[in-house]
Amino acid sequence: MEEKKTCLYDKHVALGALMSPFGGFIMPIQYSTIIDEHNAVRQHCGVFDVSHMGEVRITGPDAERYVQHIFTNDVANAPIGQIYYGMMLYADGGTVDDLLVYKMGENDFFLVINAANISKDVEWMQQQMQGFDIRFDHQSDYYGQLAVQGPEAEAVVEEVLGLQCKELKFYTAAPLQLPTWGESSKPNHLPLGGGREGAIISRTGYTGEDGFEIYGSHDFIRATWDKLIESGRCKPCGLGCRDTLRFEVGLPLYGDELSADISPVMAGLSMFCKLDKEEFIGKEALVEQKANGVPRKLVGIELSDKAIPRHGYAVLTPTGDVIGEVTTGYHCISVDKSVCMALIKTEYAKLGTELLVQIRKKTFPGVVVKKKFYDKHYKK
Amino acid sequence: MAHFEAGLYYSESHEYVRVDGEYGYIGISDYAQHALGNVVYVDMPEVDDEVTAGEEFGAVESVKAASDLIAPVSGTVVEVNEALEDEPELLNKDAFANWIIKVQLSDSSELDSLMDVEAYKAHCE
Repeated sequence: MEEKKTCLYDKHVALGALMSPFGGFIMPIQYSTIIDEHNAVRQHCGVFDVSHMGEVRITGPDAERYVQHIFTNDVANAPIGQIYYGMMLYADGGTVDDLLVYKMGENDFFLVINAANISKDVEWMQQQMQGFDIRFDHQSDYYGQLAVQGPEAEAVVEEVLGLQCKELKFYTAAPLQLPTWGESSKPNHLPLGGGREGAIISRTGYTGEDGFEIYGSHDFIRATWDKLIESGRCKPCGLGCRDTLRFEVGLPLYGDELSADISPVMAGLSMFCKLDKEEFIGKEALVEQKANGVPRKLVGIELSDKAIPRHGYAVLTPTGDVIGEVTTGYHCISVDKSVCMALIKTEYAKLGTELLVQIRKKTFPGVVVKKKFYDKHYKK
Repeated sequence: MAHFEAGLYYSESHEYVRVDGEYGYIGISDYAQHALGNVVYVDMPEVDDEVTAGEEFGAVESVKAASDLIAPVSGTVVEVNEALEDEPELLNKDAFANWIIKVQLSDSSELDSLMDVEAYKAHCE
């Protein structure tokens, strides 16, 4: 398959980034080193090109009812600007995708989905539209996206970009008043009509640090990237450290911790599934799973050795029975420990349970711990 | 950019052998450590283990992935570089100074099938 390029591809190459395929795109993995970039986000500020993420806008008289139908979280009576994290599920409780839903107005929602799932999600969402009077605009090709993350993100966005974001609360969004940069003679056009409108800023991210995500046209995103990089106050960061950062604070990645075979209940994400909601696709399955339990659960495992558990490695009982497998593992950068998330049989999922992880030819002892290896530092 | 050291034998999978009499010091090339990025763990065999040319004898783990170490020559491990247990990043600092294992060569004719620095440079291009 020919990988797509984001609107910043040439800038990554010029910065000497190591480029690699991810989710159907050719993306920067690192510019300097993963550890350098990881620490920049934990200690100062980093900027990520996350233009590979997909965007869908749902508007029309039934927009809210439709979002409530396909989404596990509850957007009823939400104030404008509120953002929700949740999942779209199959009827059996398996996960179609995890996503953010932005309420941009009454019956006006902006959905942000995973790059690797864009075509699958769009097809699935469109199959669920019958009986709803909505307008469905797939806008992934229009929007570029930047994530500015780290304890200094607020100062960088305020001072370098001149965008007022101090008042923006965690998990809220605002349409961006058009700044003066990012002008172009040939703007790409938002499917809703018009030129460069539609830019959005939100206090969100995937690193466990304070930060912002900025959505806009390709010209706008390119100009914004340049301002951030030229300021020297913001390190360009690749997907390599995006994964180590999200992993350390226990955030799931679709394909690892969530999938068509892994429900939010198994992944420990029930708090984002509002079972008191009237209905959503997959609700009955989750109610059943909550009542009767699930065969496997996602846990954290801490190893006493430095060997690193990787995705797909087997997890065993101390007597050698296979009870599950690793979903993501790293030598944790912020806390200097080898840890992983793993999906294992529920009876072994209790905190403190001793088990083994197979790493190449050897097995290493580990213990079940909370799957948050480093504390989040959100500004709420 | 990667640098290349003359006088060593190189394999296609980017290990080198520095020959010292009947012994060989095996490590990874500077090109390899560049490609791997931050090395965070080195999985090494134990003293007295046998390694066989063309077969895996350990692994180097970067933040992102594990890469097998392939023995460029056969022999018996007489020493492992224990400094790498606590400071795997030494491979990033100087891959040629920080060998991984020292073996007693069992068949020095195996060296003939490895590359010299010029051939290895060409291999990396």
